[in-house]
Amino acid sequence: MLLKHDIEFTLNGVRKRVTVDITMNALDMLRDVVGLTGTKYGCGEGECGACTIRVDGETRNSCLMFAVDFNGRDIVTIEGLAADPKADALREAFVEHGAVQCGFCTPGMVVQASHILDTHPDADAETIKRGLEGNLCRCTGYKKIVDAVESACCGGR
Amino acid sequence: MTAIERYAAPNSLDEALGILQQGEVTILAGGTDLMPQTKAGRIAFKATLMNIRNVAGLSGVAFDGDWLSIGATTTITAILNDPLVKKNAPVLAEACDHFASDQIRNAGTIGGNISNASPAGDTLVPLIVLDAEVELASKPNGAVTTRRMPLAEYFTGPGRTKRAANELLTAVRIPLPKPGHVARFYKFGARPALDIATISIGIAGVKKDGALTDIRVAFGAVAPTPVRAKRTEAALEGRRLDDATIETAANAARDEVNPIDDVRATAWYRKELIHNMTKRMLDHVAQA
Ligand SMILES: Cc1cc2nc3c(=O)[nH]c(=O)nc-3n(C[C@H](O)[C@H](O)[C@H](O)COP(=O)(O)OP(=O)(O)OC[C@H]3O[C@@H](n4cnc5c(N)ncnc54)[C@H](O)[C@@H]3O)c2cc1C
Ligand code: FES
Ligand code: FES
Repeated sequence: MLLKHDIEFTLNGVRKRVTVDITMNALDMLRDVVGLTGTKYGCGEGECGACTIRVDGETRNSCLMFAVDFNGRDIVTIEGLAADPKADALREAFVEHGAVQCGFCTPGMVVQASHILDTHPDADAETIKRGLEGNLCRCTGYKKIVDAVESACCGGR
Repeated sequence: MTAIERYAAPNSLDEALGILQQGEVTILAGGTDLMPQTKAGRIAFKATLMNIRNVAGLSGVAFDGDWLSIGATTTITAILNDPLVKKNAPVLAEACDHFASDQIRNAGTIGGNISNASPAGDTLVPLIVLDAEVELASKPNGAVTTRRMPLAEYFTGPGRTKRAANELLTAVRIPLPKPGHVARFYKFGARPALDIATISIGIAGVKKDGALTDIRVAFGAVAPTPVRAKRTEAALEGRRLDDATIETAANAARDEVNPIDDVRATAWYRKELIHNMTKRMLDHVAQA
C-alpha cells in the first residue's frame, strides 16, 4: 500500500490542501490530482523544461520534484501567469513574434522566461539564451522565442 | 521496492539525526538525482523518506575560521551567486555555471551532488583541488558528534562514499586561499548545457616565480570516482612552468588515467582530451 501524506501550499495565489502519494512527482499531482494541465509532460527527466513551474519564486522541473516537497511553499504555474497582469507583455510578445508553433513547449518557456526577466530585468539575448538552456523547442528554432523574451524585457516593461 | 512507511521533514539537525539513528532512511534534498533514480528502479526507497530541506542551519555559505563552509542543502544557484564563493573559490562558481540548466541548478544541492558520488559530478573535481573537507554529523548516543575528512578520500565507488548510514552530510569546507593561489576547472561536454561531463579537469596550486607549489590535479569521469592525479602533480610540483614541464605533465596525465568507453566517448578520446586540455590549462596558468 502506498503511504499518503497531507500537504498544504499556495497555488497561483490560492491556498490548497491535497493528499498525495509519497513518491508522486509534482507534475503528476498538478495534472492528475489538482487538474491543472497547462504544465506539460515532455521527458519526465529534467531534460526538456516543458514541466517548468515556479517554487518560492525560483523555477524548477516539476517532474523532478516530489509532490510532498510542495508543503508550505508558494507555487506558480502557467495558469497563474495567465491571470497575472505583470506577465501580459511576455504573453503578447510570444504571440507577436510567432514564438508559438505547436505550443507544447510554450507554458514551460513562458514560465522560465518570467523567471529570467524577474532576476535579470535588463537581460540581453545572451542572458536570455542561457536562461532558456533547460527548455527544448522542436518547432521554432528558438530565435523567435529569444526575440519575444527580449522585446518583453526591454520594450514591454 | 520496499514500501515507504514514514515521511519526515524535520526542522532541526538534532531531529534529523535522531531519525537517521533509527535506520532505514532515504534522504531527500533537491531530488534531481533521487527522483529519476528511484523511478528507474536503480535505487529502492528505504522505510523512511526524510526531506532535509527544512533542517535549520544546513543551507548557506559562511566563514568558519580560516575556512569557507558551505551547507549541504545550499543549491547550485545559491553557490553560483554567492559573493564569498566568488571571492574565495571562484573555480567552484565556474563549475556551478556549467552545471545542467537554470531549473536544475535551482533544485540541486551541493550535498546531493557530493552524496550522489558520480565520477562526473561537476562540483567534485573543483572541491578536491581546493582541498575541501566534508563534515558528517550523527547522534549515536544521544549527543551530536561530527567528523571531517578530505573529500579526496570520501568516495569509494560510483554512488558510494564513506558516509555511515546514521550520518548526515552537513557541510563541505574549503580552506581560504593562500596568496598566489590559482585554480582552474574545465568540463568537456558535447553541448554547453544539460550535459554530463565527458571528462573534467581541475588544477590548483600556489604560483610563485613562475613555478607552482602545493599543486593539486584532479580528473572527473575517467575512473569509478573523481581522482587525484598524483603523478601529474609530481611532474609539476615546484618546477618552472615552462613548455618542457607542461608537456611532461600532460603526458603523465594521459598515462595515469584509465577511462572506459561509453556512450559519451571512447577511452582513447578521453585520454587525448585529458592530455590536450591539461596542456592548454597549464599554458593558461603559465601565461596568467
Ligand atoms: C537533467 C539533469 C541534468 C543534470 N546535470 C548535471 C550536471 O551538469 N552536473 C552534475 O554534477 N550533476 C548533474 N545532474 C545531477 C544532479 O542534478 C546533481 O547531482 C545534484 O547536485 C543533486 O542534488 P539534489 O539536491 O537534487 O540531490 P538528491 O537527488 O536529493 O539526492 C542525491 C543523493 O544524495 C543523497 N543525499 C542528498 N543530500 C544528502 C546529505 N546532506 N547527506 C547524505 N546524503 C544526501 C540522497 O539520498 C540521494 O541518494 C543532473 C541531473 C538531471 C536530472
Ligand atoms: S517533463 Fe520535466 S523536464 Fe521534461
Ligand atoms: S512550439 Fe512546438 S515545441 Fe516549441
